Amino acid sequence: MSRDITFTFNGNLLTLTVEDHWTLLHLIREELGYTGTKEGCGSGECGACTVIVDGAAVNSCLYLAAEINGRSLVTIEGLAAADGTLHPIQRAFVDHGGIQCGFCSPGMIMSAKALLDENSHAAEPEILEAIAGNLCRCTGYVQIIESIKAVSGGEPEGPRVVAWRGDDPHPRS
Amino acid sequence: MRKFTYLVPKTLNEAISMHTSYDGRTRYIAGGTDVLVKLKEGKIGPDYLVSLKHIICQDQPFLNTETGELYIGAFMTHRSIERSSLVEHQYPILHDAVKNIGSVQIRNVATIGGNLVNAVPSADGAIPLIALDGKARIYGPKGDRLIDLARFFLGPGQCEIQGAEILTEIIIPRLEPRTGSAYIKHGRREAMELPMLGVGILLSLDPDMATCAKARICLGVAAPTPFRALAAEAYLRGKSVTEDSLTEAGKIAAGESRVRDSIRGVAWYRREMVGVLVKRMGLLALERARNMELNM
Repeated sequence: MSRDITFTFNGNLLTLTVEDHWTLLHLIREELGYTGTKEGCGSGECGACTVIVDGAAVNSCLYLAAEINGRSLVTIEGLAAADGTLHPIQRAFVDHGGIQCGFCSPGMIMSAKALLDENSHAAEPEILEAIAGNLCRCTGYVQIIESIKAVSGGEPEGPRVVAWRGDDPHPRS
Repeated sequence: MRKFTYLVPKTLNEAISMHTSYDGRTRYIAGGTDVLVKLKEGKIGPDYLVSLKHIICQDQPFLNTETGELYIGAFMTHRSIERSSLVEHQYPILHDAVKNIGSVQIRNVATIGGNLVNAVPSADGAIPLIALDGKARIYGPKGDRLIDLARFFLGPGQCEIQGAEILTEIIIPRLEPRTGSAYIKHGRREAMELPMLGVGILLSLDPDMATCAKARICLGVAAPTPFRALAAEAYLRGKSVTEDSLTEAGKIAAGESRVRDSIRGVAWYRREMVGVLVKRMGLLALERARNMELNM
């Protein structure tokens, strides 16, 4: 069966007809023609198909297209500015060698974006958790983690802890 | 993927009548992270998928302050349970378990009810809920029924749910005072893996904060279904909770397990680890019970 759905695609309102058995990944790649989102395993293991639905990272290969009705969808194509200027996360991946073959990059970047949108000061443990569902077979992850750290504000600004000895006139922070 | 018709009921009764009218050709779907994988692999081939995603229900764990009961809607995602500060602080055993299921992407859509009705021996969600003496509320054509989660699992892939029935809610009874709990998923990597072993412990202490008043030791992947190590629980009751008594309880629990060799691990190693992890989680549960008391 088919049905009409309306949703926001990278900021634009879209109404179209989808088949019930289509996955969101099929809709994005085969019907809309946006091939930035990759299909890796097709079973939710690799994260190459990660997109953001209503602010949350999801595997588009395990999400029915019909379920996107009324929601907001962001794919990797929605990140760069209209003039081609890269999103800061994309820029950081380029600058820090977070991209090698590039197949996992769209998924990695979408996972990173969902994390940083929610917590702009994500520290390493949070970054590791956020990309735990994204496999990369090239980089060994180090450069990817460095890339995301470069955009994250790091630890949130809190009260500073000052180490101070009574006989030291210059307390070090 | 094979073609099917996607039905989107708004109420439980509507869902059940859809399931009943296309009997044998339907399948319920909630988050879909398991159902869609099975569909793609051709393991199931329903003509109709009945979605439980749009049924109006609670989206947060809810504590009834009168009765002390915690209600967890079956269609809640693992992520929303993980994010509940109530769960994190009062029911750490459940927080430990849901935060390590799959990945963020999976937890954002997969539901706790789906994890339970799949009834795989490795269901991380089941272990803590059994240790918490949880009950499953099952709604079907004949109405509502409640069943202890400890009796919910019948075998690998088999649970109490029959035909058009739907698991709607998990109810956790009031926590005893001075209770601590912990769960560990033991595997070779931290994410995106089914556990080689799952160990959950809940300890309620006497006012002396040392003697065990109640113990729950629940094990996953140590038998065809999640199960409670009853002999180990009985051993701990009335004893002072120490490294020694927990070591002994671990040995008893290891003896109670019916572990087997599988691709994720061999039986002898699993049995050894039951002992080690029962002790380790017991000590963590003890520490948490004491910390909770200090913070009261």
